[in-house]
Amino acid sequence: MATTTSIKLNCYHCGDPCPSTSITLGEKTFCCEGCRTVFQLLDHSGLCEYYQLNDKPGTPRNDVGYKDKFAFLEDEKIAARFITFRGDQETHACFYLPQIHCSSCLFLLENLHRLHPGVITSRVNFEAKEVSIVFNQGKISMRQLADLLSSTGYEPYISLRDLGHERPAVDRGNIYRLGVAGFCFANIMLLSFPEYLGLEGSEIYLRGWFRTLNVLLSLPVFFYSAQPFYRAAWKGLRQRFLNIDAPIVLAIFVTFGRSLYEVLSGTGSGYFDSMTGIVFFMLAGRILQDRTHRRLSFERDYTSYFPIAVTVSQGDKEVSRALPDVRCGDTLVIHHGELVPADGIITKGQGFIDYSFVTGESLPVTKYMGELVYAGGRQTGAAMEVLVVKEVAQSYLTSLWNRQEDKKEEHSFVHLLSRRFTYIVLAIAACTAIYWWSHDPHRIAAAVTAVLIVACPCALLLSSTFTNGNILRILGHNGLYLRNARAIENIAATTHIVFDKTGTLTMPGSQDLEYQGIPLTPVQQKAVALLAGQSTHPLSRALAQHFGKTDPCRIPGFREVKGQGLEGWIDGNHLALGSYAFVTGSVIDEPYTCVYVGWNHRFLGYFQFGNHYREGIGTLMQGAGASCRLSLLSGDNDRERPRLQALMGGGAHILFSQTPEDKANYVRKLQGRGEKVMMVGDGLNDAIALRQSDTGVAIAAGGNNFTPASHAILDASRLHRLPLFIRYCRMGEKIILTSFILSILYNIIGLSFAVKGNLSPLIAAILMPASSLSILLVTYGSATRAAKYLGFVTAVPAEKDHAPA
Amino acid sequence: MSAIILLLIASLSVAVVFLGAFIWSVKHHQFDDGFSPPRRILFDDPPVENIPDQSINKK
Repeated sequence: MATTTSIKLNCYHCGDPCPSTSITLGEKTFCCEGCRTVFQLLDHSGLCEYYQLNDKPGTPRNDVGYKDKFAFLEDEKIAARFITFRGDQETHACFYLPQIHCSSCLFLLENLHRLHPGVITSRVNFEAKEVSIVFNQGKISMRQLADLLSSTGYEPYISLRDLGHERPAVDRGNIYRLGVAGFCFANIMLLSFPEYLGLEGSEIYLRGWFRTLNVLLSLPVFFYSAQPFYRAAWKGLRQRFLNIDAPIVLAIFVTFGRSLYEVLSGTGSGYFDSMTGIVFFMLAGRILQDRTHRRLSFERDYTSYFPIAVTVSQGDKEVSRALPDVRCGDTLVIHHGELVPADGIITKGQGFIDYSFVTGESLPVTKYMGELVYAGGRQTGAAMEVLVVKEVAQSYLTSLWNRQEDKKEEHSFVHLLSRRFTYIVLAIAACTAIYWWSHDPHRIAAAVTAVLIVACPCALLLSSTFTNGNILRILGHNGLYLRNARAIENIAATTHIVFDKTGTLTMPGSQDLEYQGIPLTPVQQKAVALLAGQSTHPLSRALAQHFGKTDPCRIPGFREVKGQGLEGWIDGNHLALGSYAFVTGSVIDEPYTCVYVGWNHRFLGYFQFGNHYREGIGTLMQGAGASCRLSLLSGDNDRERPRLQALMGGGAHILFSQTPEDKANYVRKLQGRGEKVMMVGDGLNDAIALRQSDTGVAIAAGGNNFTPASHAILDASRLHRLPLFIRYCRMGEKIILTSFILSILYNIIGLSFAVKGNLSPLIAAILMPASSLSILLVTYGSATRAAKYLGFVTAVPAEKDHAPA
Repeated sequence: MSAIILLLIASLSVAVVFLGAFIWSVKHHQFDDGFSPPRRILFDDPPVENIPDQSINKK
């Protein structure tokens, strides 16, 4: 294999760069023991096709669960949440696996029966990222099943939300309606042809047959398929708002009524084909627009962030307990990588708690025995014990969600446009009625109904639903997932973008290191790496990582002073790392996060820690600054101010040490000034601001399974394209307007027939599909062309579609 | 001319059968997952007997 000669090796399993070449198996190199274990398991079971279907298909195994992670599945009550069927011989269970992303995943997960004889079959639902497993409960338990999945690198994601919420049923009603409408439309069109082409004298008796069949076929469309429009129009009317569905329903009613009258009185064949046609096309557009990303959740709260169960220490044994049953006074065991689920006091061990998701602080905080830890932080050190002092439901974090924000109802510009349109149509109908009343009163009804039939704003609805549907689809292929079509309009209207710093602009969990002072010799560098490798403090670990892995060894005279630093003798030299006071003995003001270096009691220099920004932040700020005002609100301290100000330009507002409420208030203040605010954030500390803003964009990084409730979810790797996305949404609005003008031209042609009172069914039958189809082609085509112009992917995404979960 | 009426009934009933097939397929989750089925069919079933003896360096 050619890769063995190169210096940078990538893991055979997950494709991550390998920090060392020590973990190998045969010719293959792995980044960690976890990946190698998975490979061994698959290799022994003859499932190596997994690696042949896709290159390096595994997911990085950063957070390998500890031994008893799924102990809670032995609790019948919790396990029942994941069981869909239980029989004598077999049980069906369903797990959510956010790691599913390619055909290799599909292959492996559907071959679970080859890994364990207790599994009977398994089936993946790729869109929902779920696996349904049929297993023999006598041979494998739920807990073992979850462990089996974890051992293959697909650890089920189980959160507190699974305990409370029922799965929402997938609504397929509109798809049935579309099928029925399509069936009726096509058949009515076929049955109408003979009459349009003219029936000869001897065949005239067939006309009755055709007309009767048409009436019968139109009934399901009128009473069943068109229901969504009736419902929407009624909802609008009850709120005293004339939305776009109201004139459409009026047109459907008038067309149906007049057609029925014509057929019953024997005066004509009616407009059944036009009526069923518009219902069919409008339903298709609506389904396209509403087909949201089912596997994404935009309605998450803290419960999907919290674990479903925690380990409680009772004397000398540890038991697993469902989170809602945890009470004050319980002692929880928090393992590495676990979340602190409730406010508590550390009673054993030491906390290195990463609050970046909750407060925006970029560095983990060290907490000692007896200190208070708040819910929401993630333990990055070894296991610790915490005595619960506040119940889960009362902690600060959960209180962030129990606030009600002021929700305002705004109406889409399509509705506002249609309202004006409706008034004009009603005016034309009135004029027509007055004209015919003075000339030929017998033709009033015919002319007025013809006006209402022709002027139905279905073309407007069609153009907006099909354009929005296409835009949603294209944006989804490019890493921006919108909650609904309203979000497109709000993004297009954005005048002010507010960014969060930690986790949004910066990469969570990685730090930039910079050394200032007398340059270190290679001997000194090695010594620093060795000494730092002895400590579990986050800064020491970052330092050790910076210098590469070293073999652990005993350091004479090693001493670690908590919160101060470390020292020890390495090859006869004394080395001290830590605060300025620790290294030199005198106190100075330390504005930055630094680790000072003392060599044989002489001060050498210091390592300065800075945030590691995501790629393309410069282009993002330039592009965004060109069309919008910019602000940055961070919960972190202001160490990075100069760097950020330079990135964002002089006009940008940059505020630090912001609480979640501060952020929301800032957004509200901007809105009070009439600005349309887009908030871009990732953490729980942005949750209120995301909901307050006009468009809340949550950033989702690859491994992160959780995003707070928002209007849109943006893949972190596409953040730099945000200005392009805004531009694309603005283009979309122009496309809708253009196609609306086109549809008005069609309406003028139709109206010119209608006001004269001679709209024949044939003309209506040609005009309706012609206008609908041409508008469809124009909107669909121009939305796709605009996307290509901006360099977006428009086709089906590549197989490795890393959509956030 | 009853031939036309017979044909009408025949064509409509064929169409109804297809409508029924469509509704059945939606009801049985045929449209839920567009990714898995076209790939699932390409996976080979391995010969059962050679599972225990797999060499590590096989690529």
